[in-house]
Amino acid sequence: MKNQTVAHSVDKQYFDLVVAGGNYVGLSLAVAIKQALPEIGVCVVEPRHQKELVKDSRSSAVAAAARNLLNVLGVWADIEPHAQPINDMVITDSKLSDVVRPTFLTFDGKLDDGQPFAHMVPNGVMVASLYQKALQSNVTLITGDLVSNFDLTASGVQIELKSGLQIRTKLLAAADGVRSSLRELAGISVVQVPYDQIGIVTTVAHERPHEGRAIEHFLPSGPFAILPLKGNQSSLVWSEKTYEAERLLKMDDFTFQIELERRFGRRLGDLEILARPRGFPLGLSLARSFVKNRFALLGDAAHGIHPIAGQGLNLGFKDVAALAETVVNAARLGQDFGTLDVLENYQQWRRFDTVQMGITSDVLNRVFSNNSEPMRFIRDFGLGLVDRIPALKTYFINEAAGGGDHAPRLLQGELI
Amino acid sequence: MTESTSVDETEVARFSAMASEWWDPSGKFRPLHKFNPVRLHYIREKACRHFGLSTSVSRPFEGLQLLDIGCGGGLLSEPMARLGAHVTGADASNTNIEIAKIHAGQSDIKIDYRATTAEALSKNGETFDIVLNMEVVEHVADVDFFMQTCANMVRPGGFMITATLNRTLKSFALGIVGAEYILRWLPVGTHKWDRFVKPGELELALKDTGLETTEQTGVTFNPIANIWSQSKDMDVNYMIFSERKKARPV
Repeated sequence: MKNQTVAHSVDKQYFDLVVAGGNYVGLSLAVAIKQALPEIGVCVVEPRHQKELVKDSRSSAVAAAARNLLNVLGVWADIEPHAQPINDMVITDSKLSDVVRPTFLTFDGKLDDGQPFAHMVPNGVMVASLYQKALQSNVTLITGDLVSNFDLTASGVQIELKSGLQIRTKLLAAADGVRSSLRELAGISVVQVPYDQIGIVTTVAHERPHEGRAIEHFLPSGPFAILPLKGNQSSLVWSEKTYEAERLLKMDDFTFQIELERRFGRRLGDLEILARPRGFPLGLSLARSFVKNRFALLGDAAHGIHPIAGQGLNLGFKDVAALAETVVNAARLGQDFGTLDVLENYQQWRRFDTVQMGITSDVLNRVFSNNSEPMRFIRDFGLGLVDRIPALKTYFINEAAGGGDHAPRLLQGELI
Repeated sequence: MTESTSVDETEVARFSAMASEWWDPSGKFRPLHKFNPVRLHYIREKACRHFGLSTSVSRPFEGLQLLDIGCGGGLLSEPMARLGAHVTGADASNTNIEIAKIHAGQSDIKIDYRATTAEALSKNGETFDIVLNMEVVEHVADVDFFMQTCANMVRPGGFMITATLNRTLKSFALGIVGAEYILRWLPVGTHKWDRFVKPGELELALKDTGLETTEQTGVTFNPIANIWSQSKDMDVNYMIFSERKKARPV
C-alpha cells in the first residue's frame, strides 16, 4: 500500500500492545494505557486516514461514566464546547395516528452531584481530540493500513499488515467494529439476533430551542429518538421495520420530510433536514468469548446492541476502562499482561454487564415494537410504575449513566 | 555441579514442551497462575514500603538483588525481573531450571537461573536484599535447617517472605481433600499434610538467625469471585515477613 502514513517512524517493530481500530474505542484504550504506563510501546492501526476518521457526522450520547473517562484522559475540555447536555428526558408511548402523545416517563437529567447524566457529542470531535491526545502521548499511529493476518503464540503475537509490515507484540486488542475481521481471524464466533429493523440516522435543524430535552417516542414500528445537539439542532435515531425503512430511504426529500414530520411533531416548529438520512441494520450480537491468550475484543467487536438505550458507545468505553485497568494492574505486578489468566479478569469484569445490557435492550425493543393493545397496556403500566417509584427511577438513571460500585476507576473519574 | 556443554536437541524439545505446560494458564499449573497475583501484590507492596521505593515507576526493584528459592518454571522470577530486580532463580531440579531458562529466553528476560540448592548457595556466601521462600517449606525434609539456611542469605536491612500451608484441620479439608481430591486442582499426592508447617514453628526456626518476623497474613480463596486475596485467616495458606535489621553503626 502506497498511501500508508506513519505518524512516528516504525523502525522498531515491536510494541508491547497493538490496537486494531483507531476509532474512539481503540484510541482511548491506547491513550489510557499509555497514560498509566508511559514507558511501554503502544501502536494503533487504522484503515482510514485521519481526515476520514474525523468526518463522522453522527453524534452519540455520552453517559456520565464515559465523560469521566474522557475527562481523566484529558480530552473532555476540548469536547465540552461542542457537547450538548441532556437536561431531561421524556418517554412517550403512542401510535402514529395519536393526536396527543401521552407522556409516560420523565427523567430529570441530573445525577446526584448535579451533573447531567449524558451529553450529546459529535463523533468527529471526539475522535479528533483523542487522535491528538494519542499523538501527544507518543502512541504510534499507523493509518491507511490494516491487520491482514496474525498468529497467536504462547509467547506473543506475530502481526502482518496489509502493507506487508510485520509487527510483534504481547497483546493484540481488536476494536475493529461490529463486523470485526480480527474476531473472525481469531476464530471467535458470534451469537447474532437480527431484528429486521433499520435505524435511520439524520440531523435536523428546528425553529425553536429544544432546551436540552431528549424525547423518545415508542412507536409501534420501533423507537423514534430526538436527541438535542448544540444550537437549534437535534440528532434523530428512527427505527423502522426493514422494508419500511428501505422505502423511506428511497423517497425524495420532500416526501421523506413529510413522513419525518408526522413522527417528529410540530413542537419545535419548522424542520430542516441537514444530513442525508442513512440506514443502519439493527440487531444484537455478542462474541462467544471476549479473550484468547494474547487477544482481546472490545467495543462493537465484542458486542453490538440495539441502540434503544443508547448504550453501544458507553459499553465500548466501559470495555476500555476495564481492559486498561486489567492490563495496567498486571504490568504493575510484573506480569505478562497478554496472557489468558490476566485477560480473563477483563472478560469476567465485562461480560456479565454486557449480557445484561444486551438482554435489557432486547426485551425493551420487543416489548415496545409492538402494536397489540394488551402489550401497550402492560408497558404503559410498567412505565407508569417506574415514574411513580423514585428509587426505581434513580436506579434506571444511574444505570444509564454507567456508574456503579464495581465500575473501573476511569469511569469513576480516577487515574488508574 | 553439572555443566551441560553439548546441547541435546531432543532434550531441548522436551523441555520446551514442558515449559509451555508450566506456563499454560489454562493447563496443569492453572492453580498456581490463579494464586500468583496475590503473592506478587504482597511482595511488591512489602518491598516498596520496606525499601521506600517509588510505586509509580515501572521498575521499582531496580538495583535489588533477589533470590527466588525453589523457582520452578519461573512464575515468580520473571515478574520480579520485569519489576527491575536482579533475580537469581534456584531450583534443585535440573528440569525446572531448563524449563525456566527456555521461557525467560522466549520472554526476553534476563534471570540468573541455577540448578542448585539453598545450602550450596549459602555455603558460597551469597547474600540478597530479598529472599523469596514461596511454597517450598512444605516440601523439605528439615524445616528448621532449611529456614536457617535461607535466613543466612538475607543481607542486613533485607527481608525474606515465606509462604506455605498451615497444619490445621481446615488445611487438611481444603488443601488436601478439597484441592487434590475434589476440585482436582493439584495431582493427588502433591502435598503431605504432616509436612505442613505452623507459623509459630517457622518463627521458632528463625529464632537464632537474626531475622525477626514482623508481619504475617493469611491468603484465602473466594470460590464465587474465583480469586485469591489476603485475609486474617491463616488456617490454610499464609505468608510471613521476616527482616534482618541493619547492623548498628559502631
